[in-house]
This record gives sequence, structure tokens and C-alpha cells, in this order.
Amino acid sequence: MKAILSVHNLASELVTTIWTPVFVAIFLAIIAYAFWPRNKAVFDEAAHLPLREE
Amino acid sequence: MSQPSISKSMTIGESGLAVVFAVTAFLCVIASAKALDAPFAFHAALSAAASLAAVFVIVNRYLDRPATLPPAEINGRPNYNMGPIKFTAFMAMFWGIAGFLVGLIIASQLAWPALNFDLPWTSFGRLRPLHTSAVIFAFGGNVLIGTSFYVVQKSCRARLAGDLAPWFVVVGYNFFILIAGTGYLLGVTQSKEYAEPEWYADLWLTIVWVAYLLVFLATVIKRKEPHIFVANWFYLAFIVTIAVLHLGNNPALPVSVFGSKSYVAWGGIQDAMFQWWYGHNAVGFFLTAGFLAIMYYFIPKRAERPIYSYRLSIIHFWALIFLYIWAGPHHLHYTALPDWTQTLGMTFSIMLWMPSWGGMINGLMTLSGAWDKLRTDPVLRMLVVSVAFYGMSTFEGPMMSIKVVNSLSHYTDWTIGHVHSGALGWVGFVSFGALYCLVPWAWNRKGLYSLKLVNWHFWVATLGIVLYISAMWVSGILQGLMWRAYTSLGFLEYSFIETVEAMHPFYIIRAAGGGLFLIGSLIMAYNLWMTVRVGEAEVQMPVALQPAE
Repeated sequence: MKAILSVHNLASELVTTIWTPVFVAIFLAIIAYAFWPRNKAVFDEAAHLPLREE
Repeated sequence: MSQPSISKSMTIGESGLAVVFAVTAFLCVIASAKALDAPFAFHAALSAAASLAAVFVIVNRYLDRPATLPPAEINGRPNYNMGPIKFTAFMAMFWGIAGFLVGLIIASQLAWPALNFDLPWTSFGRLRPLHTSAVIFAFGGNVLIGTSFYVVQKSCRARLAGDLAPWFVVVGYNFFILIAGTGYLLGVTQSKEYAEPEWYADLWLTIVWVAYLLVFLATVIKRKEPHIFVANWFYLAFIVTIAVLHLGNNPALPVSVFGSKSYVAWGGIQDAMFQWWYGHNAVGFFLTAGFLAIMYYFIPKRAERPIYSYRLSIIHFWALIFLYIWAGPHHLHYTALPDWTQTLGMTFSIMLWMPSWGGMINGLMTLSGAWDKLRTDPVLRMLVVSVAFYGMSTFEGPMMSIKVVNSLSHYTDWTIGHVHSGALGWVGFVSFGALYCLVPWAWNRKGLYSLKLVNWHFWVATLGIVLYISAMWVSGILQGLMWRAYTSLGFLEYSFIETVEAMHPFYIIRAAGGGLFLIGSLIMAYNLWMTVRVGEAEVQMPVALQPAE
């Protein structure tokens, strides 16, 4: 039981410690995706989407 | 074209739902008979009647319809499903007027308490949740479900998924509103702000909401457009988060399965924290994310301009998602909540300035090259002013979450003023703008019955909002300052009743503002009604859009 608790403590400590860098990394990846030059054409097209439907 | 040889039979959905509703009706009759309290008996009887009506409607609809279901496409073009959208537009207008009216009544009760009539059913405590739920969930919810069903079809170029499922969502949701609203009047509440409905209403809403998620997702999945348009992301975030919030905040144990009363699973500060995690994200994902979806579709469409920056819309979306969920503790400043949690809530609230203003800038700048339309198109003006109100109230909110500011503003009318600048100015106006667009589109009309009446609605309602929020600012700050005023001897300078007396004139001004907002909505209802009744049909309607049979 003690071993399980210590594993649990270790796991929860690990999770609560690393979620900040993990979330920051995900968010930075999203910014990179938004500004990636190759995606520009897709986004420009998408910005017009409401205007070109039947 | 028609092949009489095709034999007509019920779909699995039709027969399944009819059986489920028949069984439900039977169970509800039993529940009504064994009920421990009168409101529960009433609600069970109402559910039994509604279930029987559902069986009747499903069977009748089957008998009336052609052998094959409406096709997804006609001549290579999507055959959009407008029925459920029309229903929500009608219900939104109905609940909107009802909700604004109840708001006016309770505002008047605060100015003239005799209007409580000394009856339990008309007391402020029961009418207030009726007002908040009617405007947020009934009016706002119908606008969100209706516009989301419209936008997801158009931007995916696909017919709404499901045959009965979209109808189940829109009618089921409105039945939830009916149960919730009548419950408040009869004194059924679990006393959680914006989550007042009791356990059985919560269970029903869960079923409806899952169906909503499935219809929306299935439509996105079968899309013809490769890219998922940003408005759909906002709608999806709204649907998923509301599901999570609803399940997170409402675990409760009923005293009996035949009674309305239940007890929440956890108590004390944990319950308070869960409640305001829920409450603030109801603001963040119901009143913000969902309506931002409307902004990202309806403003470009109405202005005939592309979205100013699609990149900004992506960053705006994810920043909002990452930050909003942590802001709830600012509702519990200076309470038993741990200090660090309060500071965390405050910090994330302040960070929310960035995505909020990013979104506002994106919405406003979409008008680039089309600013002149604000002069000629009152519908677009309504949409744009709503975004300006969004910017204003999302500036005010983070400011009020700062602890020293909150020490003055908390529990005062300033909060009420803040909420209404967001609710009337942002959510109200963006919804009105969307309905003014949606009704002619869904009913296939050339345009609105009268733009002049839209103009009247705009100015009457704007005047109402200005009266409302300025009265509440003055009243709230006055109230806060009076509460904390000390004499030179260290005694409180004012008794509580003196602060109430000081607020009286502002309560009258506020009620007048609310009255103007209500008048505006009546003008709107007349205009939309006439648009549907006598509006000219769009001429270039392809013949192909008629039923194939």
C-alpha cells in the first residue's frame, strides 16, 4: 500500500510539475502552425469561406 | 423519377425513438403517481404528455413523408436542412421577449418591492433565475443551436447529419427549458447559480447535449469542404466544454427517485470552487466562444469581406481555450478559498485580456474597406457594436478580477452592470444581428421586411443599454464606497438600509433601460414576423431545391 501511495505521489508530482511546460510547448506549436509560411494559402482561402458558398 | 415500387418503412431512428418515448411516457406516469412532492408530480406528468406527443408526431411525420428520406444533395448541391433552424429562430425570439420581460419585472421589484405581490411564485428569489436562464440558456441557447446548425452546414457544404436527431436536439432542449423554468416558479432549485435545475432536468439535458454534439460532429465529419472553418472550432469548443462543465458541477444524490430534491456530492469550499469553475466558464464558453463563432461567420458574410486575419483567429481560439478555464476563482475573492487559488484566478483573468482583444480586433477589422456599410446597414451596425461591447466588457472583467478592485466591486451593482454590458451589448446585439441575417436566409426571403425598423431597434436598445449600465456603475460604486465608509471614531458610517435607499433612483433608471431593451425586441419580433409572412421570396431559387419525389 505504501509503495502504491509513493508511486501515486511521484506520478501526481510529475504531472503537476510538467503540465506547465507541456501546455506552453503545445501553445508555441500552435503559434508556429499559424505563422508557418506554407499554411498561408490555406488560411487566406479559409478567410474567404463564408463568402463563397452556394 | 419516382419509383412507386419502393416500399415505405420506418427508419431505425423513427421506430426506436417512438418506442423509447412510449416507454418513457409509461414510466413518467408511474413517477407522477408515486411522486413525493407536487412539482415533481407536475414535471413527471408534463414529461409523460410530451413523450406521448413525441410518439404521435414521429408516427404522423412518418405517415406524411415520402418513402425515401430527403437526399443529402440535389443536382450536386447540398440540400440544406432548415427546419430545425427555423424552429430555434422562433423559440429564441419567444424566450428572448419572455426573458427580457421577466428582467424588467424583477428590476421593477427592486425599485418597488410591492411588485413581489407577497406570493411565493412571483417573489424576486424565484423570478431571478427564471430571468437569467430565460435570457442565457433559452434565448442564447436557441440562437447558438440554430446558428451552429446553419453555419456548420454552409461552411462544410453538407446537409445536417441525421433525420430526427436535429429535431430531437432543438425540441428536447426547449423542453429542458420548460422544465427548468416552471421548476423555478414552483421552488425547485439546487441553488447553484446558472445551474439551478434539479437532477432530473440535468439528466435530460445531458442526453440532449450529447445528441447535439453527435449531430454537429457527424456533419463536420461528412463535410465537402476540406478545411474546418474557424467558426466550427468555436462552436465545437462551446459544445464540448458545456458538456464537461455540466457533468462536473452537477453530481448530486436525489433524496428519492420520485422527488425533486437532491444533495450535491461535495460541500463547502470544494462546492464553491466547482460552482464558479462552472459559472465562469458558462460565461467563457456559452456566452463567449459560441457567440464568437457567430461573429466569425456572420460579420464577414454580412460585410462581404473576408476575415481580417485568419491566423489571429487560430491564435485567438487556442489562447481563449488555454486561459479561460482557470479564471473561475476570481468569483471567490476574500472567501475561504486558498489565497493562492484566488491569485491564480486573478492572474489568468488578466491574461484573458489578450485573446479577448485579439478577437475584438479581428472582428472589427474585418470591416476594413467596408466601413461605409455601417451607415447604410443597421444589421451590420448591430453586429459591429456588439463586438465593441465585447471589447469593453472584456476589458472591464479582468479589471474587476484584480483583488483590490474586487474589494470595492464585489457584491455590488457594479457586477450587475458589468454582466449586462456583456449580456445586452455583446450577446444580445450579436444574437439580434445573427437573427436578422438568419431569418431571411432560412425562409428564403430577399431581405428583411424593414431596415428602418432595425434602425429603430438598434437605437432604442442602445439607449436602453447605456441607461442600464451607467446606472449600475454609479449605483455599484456608490454602494461599495458606502459599505466601506468609516467615521472618525472607526464606526461604519452607513447602515445597510441607507445604502439601499441611496440606490433607489438608479434602480428606476435601470428598469427604464431594461424597458427600452424590451421594446426594441418587440420591434424586432414584428419585423421578423412580417419578413416571414409578407417578405418577397428570393427569385433565383433553383427549382432543384424542391423535394425530389
